[in-house]
Amino acid sequence: MIANIGYYVLVLTFLASLYGAGAAAYGALKNKPEFVESGRYAMLLTGPLLTVASAAIIWLLATGHYEIGFVASVTSNSMPTYLKVTALWGGQEGSLVFWAWLMAAFTSAASLRKWDRDREMLPWFIMVTMITLAFFLSLVVFFENPFARLWLSADGQQVTAMLQPTGAVPLNPPDGRGLNPLLRHPGMIIHPPALYLGFVAYVIPYAFAMAALITRRSDDRWIRITRRWTLVAWIFLSLGLILGGRWAYDVLGWGGYWGWDPVEIAALLPWLAGTAFLHSVMVQEKKGMLKHWNVVLIILTYALVLFGTFLSRSGVLSSVHAFAKSAIGPMFFVFIGGTFIVSLSLLINRWEMLKGENFLTSVFSREALFLLNNFLFMGILVVSFWGVIFPLISELITGQKITVGPPFYERANGPLGLGLLILMAIAPLSAYASTTWKTIGRALWKPALVTLLVPLTLYFVGIRNPIALLGYTAAALVAFVTLYEFWRGVMARHRQHGENLPLALWRLVGRNRRRYGGYIIHLGVVLMAFGIIGIEVYQTETQATLSRGEQVTLGRYVMTYDDISVFDTNDGRNVARAVVSVYQDGKFVDELYPRKDYYYDSQQAVTIPGTRSMLADDFYVILVGLDPDSRSDATFKVYHNPLVNFIWIGGIVFSLGTIVAVWVSSGRRRANKTSSATRSTRT
Amino acid sequence: MTEVAKANPGRWKFILGGLLIVAAIVYLIASSTQAAAQYYLTIDELLAKGDAVGDRDIKISGVVDGDTIQYDIKNLTLRFTIANVPADLDEIEKAGGLAETLHIALEDPQATRLEVEYIGVMPDLLRDEAQAIVTGRMGEDGIFHADELLLKCPTRYEGDVPLQAEDG
Repeated sequence: MIANIGYYVLVLTFLASLYGAGAAAYGALKNKPEFVESGRYAMLLTGPLLTVASAAIIWLLATGHYEIGFVASVTSNSMPTYLKVTALWGGQEGSLVFWAWLMAAFTSAASLRKWDRDREMLPWFIMVTMITLAFFLSLVVFFENPFARLWLSADGQQVTAMLQPTGAVPLNPPDGRGLNPLLRHPGMIIHPPALYLGFVAYVIPYAFAMAALITRRSDDRWIRITRRWTLVAWIFLSLGLILGGRWAYDVLGWGGYWGWDPVEIAALLPWLAGTAFLHSVMVQEKKGMLKHWNVVLIILTYALVLFGTFLSRSGVLSSVHAFAKSAIGPMFFVFIGGTFIVSLSLLINRWEMLKGENFLTSVFSREALFLLNNFLFMGILVVSFWGVIFPLISELITGQKITVGPPFYERANGPLGLGLLILMAIAPLSAYASTTWKTIGRALWKPALVTLLVPLTLYFVGIRNPIALLGYTAAALVAFVTLYEFWRGVMARHRQHGENLPLALWRLVGRNRRRYGGYIIHLGVVLMAFGIIGIEVYQTETQATLSRGEQVTLGRYVMTYDDISVFDTNDGRNVARAVVSVYQDGKFVDELYPRKDYYYDSQQAVTIPGTRSMLADDFYVILVGLDPDSRSDATFKVYHNPLVNFIWIGGIVFSLGTIVAVWVSSGRRRANKTSSATRSTRT
Repeated sequence: MTEVAKANPGRWKFILGGLLIVAAIVYLIASSTQAAAQYYLTIDELLAKGDAVGDRDIKISGVVDGDTIQYDIKNLTLRFTIANVPADLDEIEKAGGLAETLHIALEDPQATRLEVEYIGVMPDLLRDEAQAIVTGRMGEDGIFHADELLLKCPTRYEGDVPLQAEDG
């Protein structure tokens, strides 16, 4: 009953989105505002409708309706309710509905803004977003229906279908298969929604860009309107990536956080394009340049968002994340190709309209350095994209599937990443229009001099690895330049307005949130680079099989194996839990409990490391297994991960910086409301 | 706006700089591809190629035979046999999905098999009818020595609901 309602609501939403797109476009072409308005109502309707459909799935999940194929495949009786609910995005069908739901909510929110100055863009905004929504809904309505029932056909086959196949009888399983235990982790509960929010939010700036092209608006209005959307999309995408890394570190038990898996790259690609976009729009806002390029970037980001969803949902590539091949692969392919070609043709058609208003003059000018930044981001994007599709290309050309592994990405992206770090140190010191190496040098020499101490100190304490020396020097330069920028700004306010230092810092950031938010993001990146270089270059590991009381040594650490217990839990797990003591320089520091949980319902084990997490390093122990004969001898794999926590700390700083930058518009709104009372400095 | 549409006098240095960067990126991609490329083969293709593969790292995909999994926990030595699985997506489609293909491949006594040795932690996902993607090289002893072991379990498919379901 609920399932039928849910399905019909999905069909209805699909029709509403098609109608919305059609009515809005028709109204705009024939100059009939009532049709545009009708299309807008259809769009506003999709949000509530999809809320009903999602609520129906959630209700079915939470109450254990295992006669529904999707419910049986992702939940089981032993799962706690919060996991049953979040299983909505644990499988293909549910996550597509979830995607559509977020998308409808975002477009509705965007359409509620005041459109007075941009009336003519509204119908095209509706058309673009509703076509995208209709595409995702068509996937669930026709191919991956989350409400389809399980049936036992006449010849004894189990089938999933919405309507009863002839001769089939309904199946009512008493229990489901349960969510993949690897996904039963807090990080995995937040990670997909964060990524999806990022993906979905990028549709909004794309829709505005297309609307601007269609209506022949040559100004940068679409960029200004969507500035907050791009930042919101970006922060969610960044958070999704960081949380995914944290999940891998906590759950996958290989001591790492990023493996250049195709699906990880699928989420990284739109982030790279989006980050390039974030930088290059500033050039358009300030100098009226790079107009074509910004449209290309937003089209690319949109295409990569679809590509990312497609990669993780189609099984084209071998990956730990991917689901098996399904019918929706070709659909995605056609839709991505179609929208990409149409968007680019539209851009080419409007090419003359978007002529730049200025030239690049000086190599060290801000705009030239932003352009260089874009080159580097695009370089990493092309490298990563190439790595993902290389197996397909090589098979097409040579008939032989050839793959490239993590060494490819590290080798090719490493120098580009280093280039970005160095650029991050120089670019904030440059000015628009004309900057010479002399002006840069004048601003740079003090922080550069302090930075020199870093490689010298590192060399002195015995660090010889060139990657570490180079990377840390570049990271230190960024940190000192950025902090020096803060210092100069604060001191200027202190002298001019007589403010004390904390107040001066508060006002400095508050008056120019985008700039200083950006600097805080850069500091977050420095912290992450610090951690990444630390773990990548200096991670050590060992393994040993121990009897109770025996020990293993790794660097300054000694670990003794004290005890083990094996027991069943009442939520369907068999747990093997070891107790180990960790000694640092001969002193007892911690007791850890690495475990292995075996889930009976899905017949799968999950390895949960025991971690002693300090600022300087993580001591990370994995219980590999028990000797089947003695049932007490255990094998451990032990990692020493220096500086890994700086990755997460950097991630937090990074997010805070983005929040500061997003805040810019709400500050301005307040300024507009109280314009008479506000001083003119608030711009 | 049309006034400024003249040629930029200093543009050549930017074009040159851009070309240099593009060339550097192309070089990075080409050389890294060269250095890190691995053949991705099915077991049949590997045996057909024989020595032609040389001592390059290769990637092999196959279905795990659960009965053959042996793990020497003292030495962290894992051994198991994988059976040939067709790589052609259309063929997989025809058989009714990856799970079905893996099942059929394992049941087929004619399917070529390959013994794999891997030293390290036994992955949680290693079990009967999982798809294993192993990276490493072929040994003189006819055993494939893997440095990397990736597993894929297409479990969310029909036939996975417990059998007692039929009673309900």
